[in-house]
Amino acid sequence: MDNLLSIVTFMPAVAALILAVFLRGEDEAANRNAKWVAMATTSITFVVSLFILFGFDAGDTGFQFVEEGAWIMGLSYKMGVDGISVLFVMLTTFMMPLVIAASWNVETRVKEYMIAFLMLETLMLGVFMALDLVLFYLFFEAGLIPMFLIIGIWGGANRIYASFKFFLYTFLGSVLMLVAMVGMYANAGTTDIEQLLVHNFSFETFEVLGVQVIGGLQTLLFLAFFASFAVKMPMWPVHTWLPDAHVQAPTAGSVVLAAILLKLGGYGFIRFSLPMFPVGAEVLTPLVLWMSAIAIVYTSLVALVQEDMKKLIAYSSVAHMGFVTMGIFAANQQGVDGAIFQMLSHGFISGALFLCVGVIYDRMHTREIDAYGGLVNRMPAYALIFMLFTMANVGLPGTSGFVGEFLTLMAVFQVNTWVALVATSGVIFSAAYALWLYRRVVMGDLIKESLKSITDMTRREKAIFAPLVVMTILLGVYPALILDITGPSVAALVSNYDTALAAAEAATQLAAN
Amino acid sequence: METILLFAPLVGALLCGFGWRIFGEAAACWIATGLLFLSAILSWIVFLTFDGTTETIQILRWIESGTLSTDWAIRLDRLTAIMLIVITTVSSLVHLYSFGYMADDPQWKEGESYKPRFFAYLSFFTFAMLMLVTADNLVQMFFGWEGVGVASYLLIGFYYRKPSANAAAIKAFVVNRVGDFGFALGIFALFFLTDSIRFDDIFAAAPMLAETQLTFLWTEWNAANLIAFLLFVGAMGKSAQLFLHTWLPDAMEGPTPVSALIHAATMVTAGVFLVCRMSPLMEFAPEAMAFVTFLGAATAFFAATVGLVQTDIKRVIAYSTCSQLGYMFVAAGVGMYSAAMFHLLTHAFFKAMLFLGAGSVIHAMHHEQDMTNYGGLRKKIPYTFAAMMIGTLAITGVGIPVWIFTLGEIPIGFAGFQSKDAIVESAYAAGTGFSFWALVLAALMTSFYSWRLMFLTFYGEARGDKHTHDHAHESPMTMIVPLGVLSIGAIFAGMVWYGSFFGHTDQVAKFYGIPYAEEGADHSAIVTARDKAAEKKEGEHHYVFAGKPGEGAIYIGEGNTVLDDAHKVPYWVKTSPFAAMLIGFLMAYWFYIKNPSLPGRLAENQRPLYLFLKNKWYFDELYHYVFIQPAMWIGKQLWKKGDGNVIDGSINGVSMGIVPFITRLAGRAQSGYIFTYAFAMVIGIAVLITWMSLSGGAN
Repeated sequence: MDNLLSIVTFMPAVAALILAVFLRGEDEAANRNAKWVAMATTSITFVVSLFILFGFDAGDTGFQFVEEGAWIMGLSYKMGVDGISVLFVMLTTFMMPLVIAASWNVETRVKEYMIAFLMLETLMLGVFMALDLVLFYLFFEAGLIPMFLIIGIWGGANRIYASFKFFLYTFLGSVLMLVAMVGMYANAGTTDIEQLLVHNFSFETFEVLGVQVIGGLQTLLFLAFFASFAVKMPMWPVHTWLPDAHVQAPTAGSVVLAAILLKLGGYGFIRFSLPMFPVGAEVLTPLVLWMSAIAIVYTSLVALVQEDMKKLIAYSSVAHMGFVTMGIFAANQQGVDGAIFQMLSHGFISGALFLCVGVIYDRMHTREIDAYGGLVNRMPAYALIFMLFTMANVGLPGTSGFVGEFLTLMAVFQVNTWVALVATSGVIFSAAYALWLYRRVVMGDLIKESLKSITDMTRREKAIFAPLVVMTILLGVYPALILDITGPSVAALVSNYDTALAAAEAATQLAAN
Repeated sequence: METILLFAPLVGALLCGFGWRIFGEAAACWIATGLLFLSAILSWIVFLTFDGTTETIQILRWIESGTLSTDWAIRLDRLTAIMLIVITTVSSLVHLYSFGYMADDPQWKEGESYKPRFFAYLSFFTFAMLMLVTADNLVQMFFGWEGVGVASYLLIGFYYRKPSANAAAIKAFVVNRVGDFGFALGIFALFFLTDSIRFDDIFAAAPMLAETQLTFLWTEWNAANLIAFLLFVGAMGKSAQLFLHTWLPDAMEGPTPVSALIHAATMVTAGVFLVCRMSPLMEFAPEAMAFVTFLGAATAFFAATVGLVQTDIKRVIAYSTCSQLGYMFVAAGVGMYSAAMFHLLTHAFFKAMLFLGAGSVIHAMHHEQDMTNYGGLRKKIPYTFAAMMIGTLAITGVGIPVWIFTLGEIPIGFAGFQSKDAIVESAYAAGTGFSFWALVLAALMTSFYSWRLMFLTFYGEARGDKHTHDHAHESPMTMIVPLGVLSIGAIFAGMVWYGSFFGHTDQVAKFYGIPYAEEGADHSAIVTARDKAAEKKEGEHHYVFAGKPGEGAIYIGEGNTVLDDAHKVPYWVKTSPFAAMLIGFLMAYWFYIKNPSLPGRLAENQRPLYLFLKNKWYFDELYHYVFIQPAMWIGKQLWKKGDGNVIDGSINGVSMGIVPFITRLAGRAQSGYIFTYAFAMVIGIAVLITWMSLSGGAN
């Protein structure tokens, strides 16, 4: 199959189209059909995507399964995966069937709901596979539209505020990124990502409005991309849209947001910022490292005092993304490996945690921590699963949560011990807020009258968690499953980065002499 | 065999925890217990047949990234072998004991199945602990380290309905994480400097580290000292040393078998094990070691003072554990790793027994734990009394002073006598006056509070609820048998292994597989342990340790002659722990048998001191006000003020100008943003494409 990537990417979109055109009616049968179509499509997409994984040659650090063709208006359509992106593709196709299964209880505007999620899948897959700047931009920005809709239509009471905030943040970033892309095209004369990766953007210091810009064009381009990716991550201090978005989003929306959408920023850093603007990245590394370290401590402390479960987990997500940015900008093998690992692992763990909230939200219709307590008495299976993911969230060795945290911390220690110290203190705070949450919700005697008849997880719910449990433990015990695939590509990335920096250094000295 | 030994408890935990609905409760518990006994038998075989050569068994790849390469592997050397028997022996006996102790727990309602969960946790703990001691690299050790932390968390919070148990569980985990924070930084630093986290590579690099300066935070440090210190911070957390000790007494909220296994015999000794395991590094880190010694001595003293006034039987023993761990750290700190391991071994036996004995008392007294409600129990529960008596004789260090009588070269006495004296003598020999005196005083207090416990519980008048006393009954055989087995250890362990742990240099060297040489001979004359055994001619010669870092289970640096010196200390030093023990006993006798009203009056007269000790030097209160409350306060401020006012405030401020404009433009509020967004994106693309067309099209 020459166009495997396109098939995987557009299969959900085609299904969405079919639903939109052919499915009529608002009755129960129509709803059921919509659900089953979405379920079948996402499942088949996952199965087909396995061919990408098994056909992938980890030893080859270049792009594989590349498709290229002319597109409208002189633009080109180019897709491909390498060791960095292929696993994000897998994460997306893996999570989507679970997300659909978790939405089984949705009853309002089911058809539109499923269409939104299917479109979302296509667009997210497109982001990870696009090898053309314009194509990337399209997928990247368009992907947010279904997310707005999901929050804005199926969200909670305060959904307007949340989706507005989400919009405002991302909008600012997008505009800057667009300008940067124009600049890149002007400088390199191409929008082909493969070619941009080997293009040397100029880094001569120049003056803008009387300010010396060290690293020149690279720094400016870096900053523009940074504005967009930092918001998507989200990094401190542009993280405040996330807790609101999570709180208002329906469970499935939160899962997609946490598991996949948050990874777009990190992926962007690894795909664009680091390899294309190495000098700019180096100039701003201290800033990014400190922002990451602050994010870890700051959001952990904030998580400690939350009263809403989803907010707590959202803040904890920001802290975990802090490890990702820290690892990426440590810019060594352990750092980038660890960052990718952390993103994938966080996809499973935070997805599962939001599902855990969803399980009890479906029953009690509140996310207030104080409304719960003593659930273990009536929900032992739930208590067990929640415990596992709580432990994974605090980075317990043996779960996937440990590997990424450990690698990124180890990486940053080699670069900056202060940052390492501050970030490592995050392991104390994470234990505190996660266990404190668990205690208030699950432990204790069951006193509240409203909880006396609460029921344990159903088979469907257990079935949703099962794959996540397996992945979390499997990757924790045998992380080579991921590291073997990312390793060679990351090694190439890091060595190119170092080479570029050395060359830039040499060039600067030459100019100085 | 080692692999079976290691994984049997894990299999037991899984079968018991998940399979009990299939096998039935009792069968599930027996499966877990049976697998642990299997593990214990294999451990003893390994220990007894071990020849001193380090071997490594690889199981599975683990974290590999660039030059970092970590495996799941078993490293088998003497240290591991010692820990194996300690862990599996105590654990299997605790499993057995739990059948009786947990039989009908009043914490649970009719028809609730809690036993399989309990046994599964116990087995899981054992597995994690075995992973810790068999690790061949620091990361796997960290896995076990945190794994036992989780097991401890789960077991402390086993009575999940009790708020105090839940609080104690979280406290234990979080305080341990503070230690792990240091441990992790130590691992990072080691990897940074040696490019490896395997023990073999680290040990080989230890001399290099001693010469290296590492820039950490604001200044440069000697790498060996810094790393040793950071690793020791981890040990402080796990082993409840001063400043990070606060979780241990609270951990007594867990069921008593848990206290015996985790919070006395095994997990809390992991810190001591870590320091001994890292001996090649520690030997090159004199400043860090001085700190270890100092803190160990301070802890031994501090915990003993608090133990004097506690009335909860388990808390007395908990502080005693804390104090005894301090002894072990002093031994390790002065370079007598062997003595530290010796005390670790004997302590495991007698302390587990004291805890299980206390559990038996508690069981007999319907879960009453306050000693002021005990009294006169020796007739009612004679076996328990006998066991506790042996445990007390062992912990207080009863034996015959060496200048009176020895059996060959082995002093006669209970297990604690041998190992504690070994540590006190080492402390003196190493010339650390402070720690020597702190330990002697601690020995006096140990004797006092141990006998106080015995007198309050088993002697005098019955106090408290009369009904409970009337129904006090001896525990079932499942509980008595483990006590019996442990008492054998508490009596004989010291005498049997005295030579191996604290004998002559060549005996100790052979035991640990360390190369040694005749004193004065050059290093070419090194004899290996086995050559020497074949020669069978020893005793007359004088030997010194001659290994390189990483050879043998522990490393004794050149110039570390504490073992030799400890044997040559004056007789008054050798007798001082004995004298302290005697004084402590007499004082306890005077206070609690002769003059039972005296303690109350003393507490009245010395009220501030009494309250100071009773409230554990106010550490909990201090930490509450210094750490917990500020953390919560800062969190609130950052959330409301930082996120709310500053970040959102400024963004809202900016947006208030634009938003009304956009909304008016788009009409409906709800979907307005989305249309705007799509619109903006399309415009953006249009601009981009226009630009491209004008400048000649893509490519």
